[in-house]
Amino acid sequence: MDPQAAPAVMAGTTRRGAELHDLLRELAPLVLGVVARRFGDFATAEDAVQEALIAADAQWPQQGIPRDPRAWLTQVALRRMTDYVRSEIARRRRESETALEAEWTVPAADAEPVGEEENETLTLFFMCCHPSLTTSSAIALALRALGGLTTTEIARAFLVPEATMAQRISRAKASIKSSGVPFRLPSNEDHAQRLRTVLHVLYLMFSEGYASGGGPRFQRPELSGEAIRLTRSLYALLPDYGEVAGLLALMLLTDARRAARSGPDDELIPLDKQDRSLWDRAEIAEGTTLLDRALSKGAVGPYQMQAAIAALHDTAARAEETDWAQILALYELLKRISDNPMVKLNHAIAAAMVLGPSKGLALLAALDEDPHLAGHYRLDAVRAHLLEMVGDCSAAITHFRAAAGKTASVPERDYLIAQAARLSAAT
Amino acid sequence: MKYILMMISNQVGVDTYRAWSPSDVQTHFAYLKVLNRELAESGELVQVQRLTPPEQAKVVRAGKDGEPVTDGIFPESKEFLLGYWLVDVESAGRAYEIAARLSGGPGPGGTRLCMPIEVRQFMTESAAADL
Repeated sequence: MDPQAAPAVMAGTTRRGAELHDLLRELAPLVLGVVARRFGDFATAEDAVQEALIAADAQWPQQGIPRDPRAWLTQVALRRMTDYVRSEIARRRRESETALEAEWTVPAADAEPVGEEENETLTLFFMCCHPSLTTSSAIALALRALGGLTTTEIARAFLVPEATMAQRISRAKASIKSSGVPFRLPSNEDHAQRLRTVLHVLYLMFSEGYASGGGPRFQRPELSGEAIRLTRSLYALLPDYGEVAGLLALMLLTDARRAARSGPDDELIPLDKQDRSLWDRAEIAEGTTLLDRALSKGAVGPYQMQAAIAALHDTAARAEETDWAQILALYELLKRISDNPMVKLNHAIAAAMVLGPSKGLALLAALDEDPHLAGHYRLDAVRAHLLEMVGDCSAAITHFRAAAGKTASVPERDYLIAQAARLSAAT
Repeated sequence: MKYILMMISNQVGVDTYRAWSPSDVQTHFAYLKVLNRELAESGELVQVQRLTPPEQAKVVRAGKDGEPVTDGIFPESKEFLLGYWLVDVESAGRAYEIAARLSGGPGPGGTRLCMPIEVRQFMTESAAADL
């Protein structure tokens, strides 16, 4: 039951090891869905499945992959689960004279209804992104329960000790358990709100992992790639939900620019200076196709709008060909339905590109009062860029430096300091 | 978001602390132990570290030949780091909340110490995605 006991397995170094790792990760949520539903206990089932994965990782390389790997894992996890339940009954019996056996009756391991598995995986998304969890706990739990990553791997991704991550995951599971939510899909009236939480967690997982370098300097498992993988599987389960498609499109259209986003020394390269031949055409094509299909269905939400903006950037052959007028129109719409402060900031940038930098600066002045943006480095950074556009270099330098002093991101800070230095040298 | 919470004092503070009654010292450390356990259980604690007393601190500089030249920290030099907590939390507000708990530990007679805790965020290697 102790998640800290999970050894550092599944870090396949050979090709076969990597294939086995991928197979286990594909199967993890499917097996968990079955076990959690059958016992109605997500938290314990999650431990049982982790143990089954660890057993497979230890045994399969020697004994060969079983003919039906999924059935093998399910059997082992169900056996572990039965052991837990038995020892729990024994514990309770010791504690009280009243045997609670009736409550803990082990369901028959046969007669698996077909077609349940999609609902089960979907239920896992809702469990992991439960509103009672902090977002960082939800991300960690989703990576383990849905992504099939080990606690060790997740700890490495977040750069924290394994014990810290193990504790965070077991705390998350404990709060789900104590909230008393049954292992089933949310009710109709909760569905929309709960789905929004799921999408928000996936979105944050993506941005958390959007590291500038991605080179071998930091051996972090790619969180943004993981977010795309999970959103893809959510989209397969909910193909008719425009915002699910919209989020997946947004991730793909943003991720497409990854290779162009940083230079040889991991320095940040802004959108207008990127080498667009490095953009991933396949991801752009997939993202735009997804988006077009979602938009044709009506009821456009904020992720679809942001994806549409990303698509306009991605389909401009050169920065000068960017359709800023349409981007501005989209930000106008987005501002009406979203209170995200970054939307207001990006709206000001789009306005500057279409209506001139003075208009952009006027819009920024209004944002100084915004409690979410006042003092945020991005407000200074955008102001610095616009001041440079109007030719006020000394004020631009001041704001680039102010922004550099406020960011917690090394690549952003280096970029901002470089901008200030560039302007100082030119004047 | 990772933060370092630094417990800082000076020679006067250290001398005063050394004059505490054993039971006051015990109460104070019991308080910190409870807090540390809470932070570990919530999965927020990355590391906690007490440091050796300032008398053992050395300031090191490279000499002309690059070899270390050590010097003591002298009592008149204003501030010492007594220990630090590394936490990984959901927000800056949560980091400040933990810092206030550290600051407000019981001093002599159970009165709140209200000692200064310097809170600094870690720089990260990731850059915000231009979504």
